[in-house]
Amino acid sequence: MTASDTHRAIEAVWRIESARLIAGLARIVRDVGVAEDLAQDALVAALEQWPASGVPRNPGAWLMATAKHRAIDLLRRRTRLERKQEELGRNLEAQQEMVAADLDTALDDNVGDDLLRLMFISCHPVLSSEARVALTLRLLGGLTTEEIARAFLVPEPTVAQRIVRAKRTLAEARVPFEVPGEAELAARLSSVLEVIYLVFNEGYSATAGDDWTRPALCEDALRLGRILAELMPKEPEIHGLVALMEIQASRLRARIGPSGEPILLFDQNRALWDQLLIRRGLAALARAEVLGGAPGPYALQAAIAACHARARTPAETDWARIVALYDGLAQLAPSPVVELNRAMALAMAFGPAAGLELVDVLTSEPSLKGYHRLPSVRGDLLTKLGRFDEARAEFERAASLTRNGRERNLLLERAAACARGSVRLAP
Amino acid sequence: MRFMMIVKANKDSEAGVLPTEEQLAEMGKYNEELVKAGVLLSGEGLQASSKGARVKYSGVKRNIIDGPFTETKELIAGFWLIQVRSKEEALEWARRVPFQEGEVEVRQVFELEDFGASDAVEHHARLREQITKPSTKPR
Repeated sequence: MTASDTHRAIEAVWRIESARLIAGLARIVRDVGVAEDLAQDALVAALEQWPASGVPRNPGAWLMATAKHRAIDLLRRRTRLERKQEELGRNLEAQQEMVAADLDTALDDNVGDDLLRLMFISCHPVLSSEARVALTLRLLGGLTTEEIARAFLVPEPTVAQRIVRAKRTLAEARVPFEVPGEAELAARLSSVLEVIYLVFNEGYSATAGDDWTRPALCEDALRLGRILAELMPKEPEIHGLVALMEIQASRLRARIGPSGEPILLFDQNRALWDQLLIRRGLAALARAEVLGGAPGPYALQAAIAACHARARTPAETDWARIVALYDGLAQLAPSPVVELNRAMALAMAFGPAAGLELVDVLTSEPSLKGYHRLPSVRGDLLTKLGRFDEARAEFERAASLTRNGRERNLLLERAAACARGSVRLAP
Repeated sequence: MRFMMIVKANKDSEAGVLPTEEQLAEMGKYNEELVKAGVLLSGEGLQASSKGARVKYSGVKRNIIDGPFTETKELIAGFWLIQVRSKEEALEWARRVPFQEGEVEVRQVFELEDFGASDAVEHHARLREQITKPSTKPR
């Protein structure tokens, strides 16, 4: 192996091991930032030693042992400092023994619990949503600051700063490293799911930039979701989210045309949908359903996605069921965006006029002002009703609102088609 | 990106000898690791080549040759399909397979976009859909 081969191998080991390493260390040192520093130190040691010594047989254990030594050193320094400051040196040796023993069990057992704690703390409500995303990708996804910056099209120092600040905020707020108790669990879990889905969505339909999708980000989100589903197998909404992501990801390669342009659901070549991911998605949805209880918002959205996945052609889509699922979603998690989707489903099930009625109500919704999909959907329904002049104005408005270059072109094309009066009606 | 870790056959797999309890336990543990890490997409073990056959092509002619086949090391006995971030990560997972002997081959899976658009690609995809479509009817 050349040195650069070894470096790449170390990166791969890091991706696999870093989350467990940081999680185990965080439990001992009670500070996510310090835990990450210790883990990073172990990585640096690996980068120094492995090119000469070769990658050890069990690289994960090597990193753990190295980081553990550093953690013990750190704790000794801390207790020595405390002794000096507070003069309570009496049971120090005994304490140190306990710390070392603790550390052993902490690093060897309960890796799952530690990972879970790390997920919850990275998505803690005390942090901004951007900070949660950055910290989660960094600590649990094993992504470098540079990779996160590239994925979200922000400068690397911005991401680095976000992460530093997030770690400081957690330390200052003395956020405990623990899985939230019963009373808090639902709300805290929904924050974790939200972060994962945010990452997925940024990959699935990038909010900015010239690429319509960034599949690697979708894969990162899926990986986090699958890990979480194994850590908390009895939470139906996790399986719901995994199902939703698997099914949506199944369409990734059908959503882009040969020159990178977006292709909408009804225009997609369904033969390109990834049947393996669809099967995995349907299986995850079944897991959510088996666990029982009223389906949550992710399970409902997954069920909607499953309706599309099961339809071989757009015409075979079970629109009545989709409307019913949207009704459920609108009750559970009412939002103007859900209403907009419900309007589209209504239009498909009962005709464009039925959908337009609801969309027209939404035009006065302040939170949708500036949301490009509203005029885009309205333009679509107006087109189907043959009202091309109004439709064109809506598509142009939508084009002026979107930040995605590819999508803007698509919308302008549709506007131009309206102007020509030569409109291909969507099925 | 996706990689297939292909397990090569050996005398035992070809003779239909089942793994020992210990081997099964180790393999179970390894599979669990893959699942817990969120990387395993699918995996299967294959029966001995004596239960399979080969189809040889020569123009329009088709020749069927029943197993077993002799070149054991060239045969495959199973596979894992994993989704990872790099070839190095795939290799790291392969390193961890709890085998004492034998060989695992790591190969990257083509994504359809690697081919570019063409009628043949679409036809191929449609065919694959028919093969793999679950029989679940829409509810």
